[in-house]
Amino acid sequence: MSSDSTKKTVLVAAGVCFVCAILVSSTTVSLAPKQAVNKTLDRIQNILAAGDVEANNQDPQVIYKEKIKPVLIEVETGRILDKSEYTDELNPEKFDIKKMVNIPEYTYQIPSSEDAAGIKKRPKYMVIYEVMGENDTVEKYIFPIYGKGLWSTLYGFISLDKELKIVKGLTFYEHGETPGLGGEVDNPKWKETWKGKKAFNEDGKVIIQVIKGKVDQSSPQAEHQIDGLSGSTLTTRGVDNLVRYWLSENGYGPFLKAMREGGSHEKI
Amino acid sequence: MKKYKEVLLDPIFNNNPIALQILGICSALAVTSKLETAVVMSLAVTLVTAFSNFSVSLIRKHIPSSIRILVEMTIIASLVIIADQLIKAFAFDVSKQLSVYVGLIITNCIVMGRAEAYALQNPPVESFLDGIGNGLGYSFVLLFVGFFRELIGSGKLLGFSILPLTTEGGWYMPNGLMVLAPSAFFIIGFLIWGIRTWKPEQNEED
Repeated sequence: MSSDSTKKTVLVAAGVCFVCAILVSSTTVSLAPKQAVNKTLDRIQNILAAGDVEANNQDPQVIYKEKIKPVLIEVETGRILDKSEYTDELNPEKFDIKKMVNIPEYTYQIPSSEDAAGIKKRPKYMVIYEVMGENDTVEKYIFPIYGKGLWSTLYGFISLDKELKIVKGLTFYEHGETPGLGGEVDNPKWKETWKGKKAFNEDGKVIIQVIKGKVDQSSPQAEHQIDGLSGSTLTTRGVDNLVRYWLSENGYGPFLKAMREGGSHEKI
Repeated sequence: MKKYKEVLLDPIFNNNPIALQILGICSALAVTSKLETAVVMSLAVTLVTAFSNFSVSLIRKHIPSSIRILVEMTIIASLVIIADQLIKAFAFDVSKQLSVYVGLIITNCIVMGRAEAYALQNPPVESFLDGIGNGLGYSFVLLFVGFFRELIGSGKLLGFSILPLTTEGGWYMPNGLMVLAPSAFFIIGFLIWGIRTWKPEQNEED
């Protein structure tokens, strides 16, 4: 049979597809559990890093179970969801921002006037994390945040103290900014400068700000200002916008307010 | 034996896919801002080229010429998906940095080019070696570029601080251009210059 006959052509095409299909699907299926473990571990490590929780060489999963308590909240009202309201997608352990914004039922379209973070839509619900300290009291809160930088959407966490006023840490776990310039959002030294900054003033208004250039340490504003990253004005502006968006009335504002007023922890 | 050696080593300096054939430039720009990503990318491309050459060569006498390219693409794409899955399972941090570029190995001209130009005419073992050789040639350029970009651009190698940065209390002021893609053009340009001064027979005639 000549290689160029129609029959042979169909046969070879089918054969190649068949063999390739088997190889690809068996690899994907057999590696899936390992990849899932990697993803979970990565998420847990990011949460622990954002909350500045010491690992002490222990298994991160154990520490996560011990110290971190995920809470599902409705962003618009700040209401904490009861466990009975959890569904397949709406579940703190499986919560995935990127999946949620593709389910219309759970998505809030952000009007462009409010959309400081440049994300167009956000989940109606978000999972926040409470870091438990001694005697089962909450020590810190960790909030997921995301928004546009220069090239990419930055995904990360910001953590606040138990009074919900002072920043305790900031970290981004996914972004595609230029390494060495905007990518310096990963620089531990820079992340360190966020710690202890005042996020809100006495009236609960967001005052934290990433400025262009260096903060004048002697000015009274230094307590809520953060140095911009040199060479990455647009990434810095993006980080400023997204942090302010998520801490504002349009973001976690209602939840923050409810917690500050009531400390309504028993409801959970 | 001599022939095998030639097939394997020729593509490194004498017939380098990037420096002489000017193939695969795109990924050489994209993944070389750090040495670590360059290493993983090199490994992935070398293995994919070798195995795609091997598989194409195995069935070379049965591939109808009308669907030749489709068959090659199917094989290459499958191998790339497998490589991507392996990296995601065993080098998760690196996979986050390489992101889409692993998938883009499919469109890397070197892989397709070697399947077309070599594997279709030669037996499997030689094709496999040709794939490894071209992969090594590609790796050599990637590592060369990655080495200088990471060292000059961030003062580090494989993430370890070599030249202490001013931002971290040292003396070295990093060159921001080096972390951007265009710098790879300069380095590849210098590299080609160097190779062609050493081996003048590679110069094209006007």
